[in-house]
Amino acid sequence: MTAPTTSTKTGDAWGYALTTLSAVMILGALYLAFMYAAEASNLGTQVERYAQRIMYFHVGVAWIGFFAFFVTFVAGVMYLIKRTFFWDNLGHSSVEIGLTFMTMVLITGSIWARPTWNTWWTWSPRLTISAVGWLMYIGYLMLRGAIDNPARRARFAAVYGMVAFLSVPINFLAIRWWRDIHPTVIGSTSSEASGGFDMSSDMRTTLLFSIAAFTVFYATLLYHRMRLGKTAHEVETLKQQVLYN
Amino acid sequence: MKPETQNLKPETQNLKPETRNPKLETRFGYFYKVLAIVSKDITAELRTKEMMSAMFVFSLLVIFIFNFAFDLRAENASTLAPGVLWVAIAFAGMLGLGRSFIIERDRGSLEGLLLAPVDRSAIYFGKFIGNVLFIATVEIVILPLFIVFFNLSIVIIPALVGVVILGTIGFAGVGTLFSAMVIHTRARDVLLPILLFPVIVPVLLSAVRLTAGIIDGLPLADVQNWLTLLIAFDLIFMAIAFILFEHVVEE
Amino acid sequence: MIKVRKLVKAFGSRIVLRGLNLDIAPGEFITLMGANGAGKTTLMNIISTLGKATAGQVMISGIDLSESAAHIRRYIGLVSHKTLLYDDLSAEQNLRFYAKMYDVPQPQARIETVVQQVGLWGRQKDPVRTYSRGMQQRLAIARAILHNPPILLLDEPDTGLDQYAADMLGDLLAAVDTGKRTVLMTSHNLERGLSLGNRVLILMNGKIGYDVRREDVSIEEVRQVYFEQLKR
Repeated sequence: MTAPTTSTKTGDAWGYALTTLSAVMILGALYLAFMYAAEASNLGTQVERYAQRIMYFHVGVAWIGFFAFFVTFVAGVMYLIKRTFFWDNLGHSSVEIGLTFMTMVLITGSIWARPTWNTWWTWSPRLTISAVGWLMYIGYLMLRGAIDNPARRARFAAVYGMVAFLSVPINFLAIRWWRDIHPTVIGSTSSEASGGFDMSSDMRTTLLFSIAAFTVFYATLLYHRMRLGKTAHEVETLKQQVLYN
Repeated sequence: MKPETQNLKPETQNLKPETRNPKLETRFGYFYKVLAIVSKDITAELRTKEMMSAMFVFSLLVIFIFNFAFDLRAENASTLAPGVLWVAIAFAGMLGLGRSFIIERDRGSLEGLLLAPVDRSAIYFGKFIGNVLFIATVEIVILPLFIVFFNLSIVIIPALVGVVILGTIGFAGVGTLFSAMVIHTRARDVLLPILLFPVIVPVLLSAVRLTAGIIDGLPLADVQNWLTLLIAFDLIFMAIAFILFEHVVEE
Repeated sequence: MIKVRKLVKAFGSRIVLRGLNLDIAPGEFITLMGANGAGKTTLMNIISTLGKATAGQVMISGIDLSESAAHIRRYIGLVSHKTLLYDDLSAEQNLRFYAKMYDVPQPQARIETVVQQVGLWGRQKDPVRTYSRGMQQRLAIARAILHNPPILLLDEPDTGLDQYAADMLGDLLAAVDTGKRTVLMTSHNLERGLSLGNRVLILMNGKIGYDVRREDVSIEEVRQVYFEQLKR
């Protein structure tokens, strides 16, 4: 019987480094968002201008919400080729984190929409696609939960993760044609999109830093979640070895 | 290894003439087998008519329930009609898709299909074509009733038939793939709509818009992009499902 | 005919087959035994191309399964726990469908032949759901030999059969010319396994742990090894 490889000291060091780095970067993003970035002067009320600052987190979180989906897609492709636990673990971990972020997107979006659009929820394309994406993540986890055979679970999850991700662009296009009131923040001069504003360079810096901070945060969570998944897998393997030998 | 192979050759060849038919083993063999699967499903369905009658009654019920729930009147009926039609089609189609692989699972006949000397994609296409035929047939039968209930013009039926078929292809394309997946899960009947609906949102959106365009008598140019989107979705997701199907059915 | 090398099959972290080696010569009738969960069905599934091996190699007539599974399927007939039939179709419709899937030439004549061989002549137009379990199992055997495969895999063909039908199984298998074919059969019934097979294998710890020719061994000896294995 071969002893499963236990996590090494180096692994822990990576974990500490990533955790510290993301803490520092998230704090930095907070500082930039509230202290550094200028007010969006074209917005009418004080509340609206204040609520606008949630955008720095909202966009960062939304980016991760969809990026996590992409990671799951890649993990799905790789799993079907390589058939190793690593890729299944990656896809699964990424969905769990993505779901958390997508939930945050919907919540921060609602908080911002309330003063800006005078409603918690509208069926704007970005909101709708986020909600649809959220439902796909839920579907992915429910699918996993409903299959006992680990190999089959990994295979089906890979297939569903791929189909779901590939449906996102065409979904977005369809929903966008359906109707649109969401502000296209970057590079848009359309004034029809209510709540839009021009980005000054300090705002852009803040936004980009915030996106970077959330990306590091995502990597950190992914690292820890995958270690957890690997440990669970090792425990399961040991259990099987004890039971069947 | 070599000598053994040579020893085996004669024995295999003895049996070969009976098992091989060169005429059928051409490229047509593939389509021949796809059609065999389709006609097998049609024969089985015609014997019981269970699935199609269930889908038919269910779509009618959806239309009735909408009527009660929204108190449809002449002035708002035509604005809600496309939505009602497509909710009816989507839910009834879900029933059909759910059954599609369950009948293969009951007696292990899916394994029987997998044992046959044909590429796995033939099984996908066979089941897919069967699903489209069953669902589209039921919905086309529903259309005249839909026209009557919503007081619409009869001349729009041909165009509606076209949209119904394109929409059905769209969700049966992915639906057939997911249907083959959920038979291996617990709670299989519940899971299929949860997996399928988020993915087929574009199909529903474009089908509803096209149906509305037909009812309002808009020129094709006004809804052209929806038509393109629907056809693109059909083709893209049929291709994806075709590629991934093999990974779903392997043991 | 069938050559299995270092076959490993794992379901997630549970390893069922652990480097199994097996050689089967043409014309052998092999009885494969083992406790529940020992991997009999797993091995059958891999040889029949339904399952994929985690590692290792299976060769049939010198052709590697992993390379041309679709081609090899033509040479294999499988009788599994389940009937692999459609309840709503008649015996004839079932067989006609499978005849198309296997490109059987002159399907009508071949269908009549196999229906007669398994003794279902006269009932071939009735839907399968009206058949008794024994009749369904006979039809399942007819389905498996329809394309005249040189290799026949029988996974517990006596499951669900009553005593009489199970006793007839031997006659039935003789009637479908198993003599010409290479047969691999799993069974929990020691006497039946020994009376039909000319070589007996017992799966132990994911490998072939016991391998004897029928004529070299007494029933008592096999029984002892087999029950020893079941107790573990």
